[in-house]
Amino acid sequence: MSTTTRKPAKSAAPSRVDVRKTYKLYIGGKFPRSESGRSYEVFSTGRSPKFLANAAQGSRKDARDAVVAARKAQSGWAGATAYNRGQVLYRVAEVMESRRSQFVAEVQAAEGLTAARAEANVSAAIDRWVWYAGWSDKFAQVLGGANPVAGPFFNLSSPEPTGVVAALAPQGSSLLGLVSVVAPIIVSGNTAVVLASQERPVPAITLAEALATSDVPGGVVNLITGVTSEVAPWLASHRDVNAIDLTGAADAPDVVWGDLERAAADNLKRVLRPAGSGVTAVEPDFTAEPGLERLEAFLETKTVWHPKGI
Amino acid sequence: MSTDTAVPATTATDAAERAREILGVSRLTNRALTSWLHGLPGVDQVGAEARAASLGTRSIKTTSKAWAIDTAISMIDLTTLEGADTPGRVRGLATRALTPDPSDLSTPRPAAVCVYGDMVGHAKDVLGDSGVKVAAVATAFPSGRASMAVKLADTADAVSAGADEIDMVIDRGAFLSGDYLTVFDQIVAVKEACGGARLKVIMETGELVTYDNVRRASYLSMLAGGDFIKTSTGKVQPAATLPVTLIMLQAVRDWRALTGQMVGVKPAGGIRTSKDAIKFLVTVHEVAGEDWLDNHWFRFGASSLLNDLLLQRQKVSTGAYSGADYIADDSPSLY
Repeated sequence: MSTTTRKPAKSAAPSRVDVRKTYKLYIGGKFPRSESGRSYEVFSTGRSPKFLANAAQGSRKDARDAVVAARKAQSGWAGATAYNRGQVLYRVAEVMESRRSQFVAEVQAAEGLTAARAEANVSAAIDRWVWYAGWSDKFAQVLGGANPVAGPFFNLSSPEPTGVVAALAPQGSSLLGLVSVVAPIIVSGNTAVVLASQERPVPAITLAEALATSDVPGGVVNLITGVTSEVAPWLASHRDVNAIDLTGAADAPDVVWGDLERAAADNLKRVLRPAGSGVTAVEPDFTAEPGLERLEAFLETKTVWHPKGI
Repeated sequence: MSTDTAVPATTATDAAERAREILGVSRLTNRALTSWLHGLPGVDQVGAEARAASLGTRSIKTTSKAWAIDTAISMIDLTTLEGADTPGRVRGLATRALTPDPSDLSTPRPAAVCVYGDMVGHAKDVLGDSGVKVAAVATAFPSGRASMAVKLADTADAVSAGADEIDMVIDRGAFLSGDYLTVFDQIVAVKEACGGARLKVIMETGELVTYDNVRRASYLSMLAGGDFIKTSTGKVQPAATLPVTLIMLQAVRDWRALTGQMVGVKPAGGIRTSKDAIKFLVTVHEVAGEDWLDNHWFRFGASSLLNDLLLQRQKVSTGAYSGADYIADDSPSLY
């Protein structure tokens, strides 16, 4: 039974039974069980995979509920000031920092890394939140601005959030990759429905717990764990989802990202394709400096013409 | 209108005579009504709630679900009863009733549009002879606190403006103080003022306190000649709950066994999702029977329910989840 067997001390301390976890989903600021009642076993990566936890196996109806929650939260989140959103994101980094040892252990088990690599990975993930938090009140100046026009007008372009964004989290990079996908979506005022890595969902669930105990309003990030090929098509075809990030379609079992892109075309969703060329999608290197591409992918440009005196 | 309802009581004397016959008394007094209504079997509260809960767990899928959604849409009394109602809003609602989903013209129309009496004309202008009826709330809705003369004038006004159906409220104060004869007389008088219009009697079950009272109010309303018994105004919580509707459905079923006459049921208020609506349809089928699964005998008083049913209908027909961008926005305009 017990996986961590202690050597009996001299006084023969009673051996403790493991507390095995059965995780739930994160939808609308709450942690519901999957509507389907299903869960699946999650194992560690490495030579001898160990049982880690039971994760909820989300269904299409959970995805539907998550989209409803994300839609409900969207206008309020987009309406918050950029400064406020930056503060809220920074607070997430603070909460992650205080859970650092938990994240390190989970990333290590999920990805089969050495302790030092896992430590560096978690540090990079926390720094990534801080980095994106800083962009909240700056990206509009960089991506928008005044346009020179041939007429007596001020012509101003300003980026606005796209709306509800579905994201397939990277299958491999369970925390750094996840953060690199989620942060650029929400920093500009979008809300997200995130489908966690199928084989490595534990760090994502812990991130959800960090989000729930920080200042992020319920519904801004919704996390579904489960089988990517089962849930992703429903998010791709959902008419109330405005954009989809297909990063996690790379290496997801039984997922053809082209099919998802085709389904997404039905309501003209914005699609962020996975890295790589053609059908051979790959997972990008998340340790590199991210740049603004991911942030820009989920923005709409509003352009205003204003007459000026001649 | 209501040619097949075969309501025998159209005048006050007819109604009183029929009531005497059913009660088996020579003179209709409050005492006779009280002993009859209190002689009805009591409602098993725990049993009714358990039965309603168990009916709510039925799973309705695929073709049955598609049928249920269409049936539910056709049973809606599309309602707007706000102080801020404008002629434009009523026209908008009536236009929606004619074409509930412009992206799919096979969508059935709701049964009626339900408005305040002064808005009947505006609704009628749009609906004409489309088959979608105009229902008007009358008799000092929602409180019912006005003199009888005012209530009758309210009713006559709505009928003369062209209302096909009248939703009246009973005097809950009189009912709760045991003055059943007053409630009976008022319903009879309003029914007379309705002329050809069908009369829905709102019992405001949220104010009746007990299920026994719901049963008594249902029988009293049917005895007085109501064509429909309706749960609530939608202004009081709780409104249309499943157990209350179940008790009313039992009442109309037993009433038909007793008199041979069918009476409709209309739950109103608080029914917002397709899932809720389907639970009600299951209950109608299991309690009253298939005869009531028709918009002549069963209605939903609702405003936001239509949107949810349309979303579900689009999901069933396209296979993809739909969103608010694909249905009409009901929220009142600021302009």
